[in-house]
Amino acid sequence: MSLTRFILSLFLLLTASLAQAADGQRLYEQNCAACHGLDGNGGVGVPLALPDFQYSASDDFLRKMIRHGRPGRVMPAFKRFSDEEVDAIVRYIRHWAPGKPFKYSSKRIRGDVKHGKQLYAQRCASCHGANGEGGKGTGVTFSRPRNLPIIPPALNNKGFLDAAPDEMIKATLMNGREGTPMVSFLKQGLKEKDINDIVAYVRSFEKHPLPLTLKVPEERLIIMESMQPLKETVEAIKRAVVGKNYRLIRVQYINQGLVEKGRENKKQVIVYFCNFSFLNRALAVDPRVGLFLPCRVTAYEKDGKVFVTSTNPLYMSTIFNNNELHRLCQEMYQEYMDIIEEATL
Amino acid sequence: MKIIANNRLISAIVFMLFATLSYADELMMIRSEQTFPEAMLKLQETINKMGYTISRVQRVDIGLSKSGYLTDKYRVVFFGRNNEIEEITSKYPYLIPYVPWKIAIFAEQENTLLVTADPLRLLDKKHPAANRYLYQWKKDLEKIMHIMQKAE
Ligand code: HEC
Ligand code: HEC
Repeated sequence: MSLTRFILSLFLLLTASLAQAADGQRLYEQNCAACHGLDGNGGVGVPLALPDFQYSASDDFLRKMIRHGRPGRVMPAFKRFSDEEVDAIVRYIRHWAPGKPFKYSSKRIRGDVKHGKQLYAQRCASCHGANGEGGKGTGVTFSRPRNLPIIPPALNNKGFLDAAPDEMIKATLMNGREGTPMVSFLKQGLKEKDINDIVAYVRSFEKHPLPLTLKVPEERLIIMESMQPLKETVEAIKRAVVGKNYRLIRVQYINQGLVEKGRENKKQVIVYFCNFSFLNRALAVDPRVGLFLPCRVTAYEKDGKVFVTSTNPLYMSTIFNNNELHRLCQEMYQEYMDIIEEATL
Repeated sequence: MKIIANNRLISAIVFMLFATLSYADELMMIRSEQTFPEAMLKLQETINKMGYTISRVQRVDIGLSKSGYLTDKYRVVFFGRNNEIEEITSKYPYLIPYVPWKIAIFAEQENTLLVTADPLRLLDKKHPAANRYLYQWKKDLEKIMHIMQKAE
C-alpha cells in the first residue's frame, strides 16, 4: 500500500468513526447511562430527565457540564468529544422533556454577599454543605433505597460555577426542582431580594475554592525489599495484616486458578485481606470501589531477592474523580505502607 | 531522509488516531440491562470466549445487607491468560500488583453495572513490550464491556 493510500484510509477511518459518533443516543448509552440511567432517572449520578431540571438547564449549561465535568465530584470531563458529539448528546437528553428550556444572559446578579452567607448557613448548608462541598456520596447510589433523596450536588465547584450563570442559580432557587429535595425558596417565604443575596454568595465561592485533594502521585506502586526468605515474608505479611485488624481472606499464588493445580508459580504469593467497616465507608462514598477490593499485598522472589509490593491506591483513585474516595485512598495508602514496612523488617 | 520524515508522519497520525479512540484518564464503566444473575453468567461466558481464564470470583458483599445496604449482589471477577501473566510477572514486575486483571460487577435495581480500570493508565515509555499487552487488554476490555452493554 502506498503511503498516500495508507494515510487516506486512516483518514477515512477517522471521519467514519466521527460521523457514526454523532448519534446522541449511542453516545449517551455508552458514556452516561452507567451513572445517570438509561432513562435519565439517575443512579451513581443525579437524575437528568426531570422536567424542572430540563427547563432550568440551558443547552450551554449542559454542554459545559459534559466538557468540564465536576472536579472531585464523580462527574467526569469528556474532553475527547467533538462539538457535534456534545450537541448530539444534549439533543438526546432533551428528548425526555420536550419544550423550551430557559435562556440566560451571563449578567451578574447583584446582592448582599454577607446577608446571603447568613441565609445560606440557615437554609442551604444542611444539604449542600457548610462550604458548598455537596452531600456525602453521589446521586442515588446502588446501595441506598431509591426513595431516599437525591444527594445534593456541590455548589462550590469549578465545574458547576463555570457552567451555571447567576440567572440559572436564581431560577433554581425561585422555582425549586419538583421530584427532588430542592424546593422553591420563594414558596419557603424568601423574598426575591434574599434570593439575589444568596446567589451573590454562591457566586463568591469562586474566590474561595475548596482545596482539591486529587493530585496524581508519581509512584504507581509501593514496593520494599524483604530481609527474610519468601515463606517467612508471607507469614510476616499475615501477622501485620491481622495486627492491623484486618480479616485475612485468602493466601494464593498469582496464577492460581489459571494453571493446573500444582503447577503454579510458587515464588509469587498474594495475601488478600479486608476490613468490613472500612469497606462499608468506602461503598457509601463510591459504589465503584470494588476495583480496590479486596485489599492485597503481593510477595515475590526475583533473582534471589524477595520483594513485597502493592498498588498505590492514590494512583488509581484519581480516575474515580471523587474527593471523598481519594481521602479514603490516602488512609489506605498509609495502611499499605505500614503493613509492607512491618512485613519487610 | 525522506523516508524518516514519512515514518514520523505516519507515527504522528497513528498517535492522533489512538489519542482520539482511547482515553486513559477514565474508568471503563457500563450499564447492562440484564439482571445481576444473567449479567454474571454473560460476563463469565464473554471473558472465556475472549480466551481468558477466570481465576476467581470474589464476593465483596458478605455482611453488606446486614450493614444496611440494599444489595448483596457485588462481585469482583479476576481473569487472565497464564502465558501473559507469566511473562509479565517475570519481566515487568512493576505490573505484578495489577494482575490478574479484575472487573467489578454489581446490581443496581433491575440493571447491573460493570466497572474496570483502564490498562492504558499503566503504560510506561520505558517498556514498549509490556505496553503491547496493555493495548491488547484495553481492546479486549472494550469488547467485553460493549458486549455486556448490548446484552439483553
Ligand atoms: C433538603 C435539601 C436541600 C436544601 C435545604 C437545599 N437544596 Fe439545593 N439541591 C438539593 C438537591 C437534592 C439538588 C439536586 C436536584 C437535582 O438533582 O436536580 C439541589 C440542587 C440545587 C442547585 C442546582 C445544582 C445543579 O447542580 O444543577 C442549586 C443551585 C441549589 N440546589 C442551591 C441551593 C441553595 C442556594 C439552597 C439554600 C437556599 C438550597 N439549594 C437548599 C437539595 C437541597
Ligand atoms: C461516573 C459517573 C458519571 C458519568 C459517567 C456521567 N455523570 Fe453526569 N453526573 C454524575 C454525578 C455524580 C453528578 C452530580 C455531581 C455532584 O454531586 O456535584 C453529575 C452531574 C451531571 C449534570 C448536572 C446535573 C444538574 O443537576 O445540574 C449533568 C448535566 C450531567 N451530569 C450530564 C452527564 C452526561 C451528559 C454524561 C455523559 C456524557 C454524564 N453526565 C456522565 C456522574 C456521572
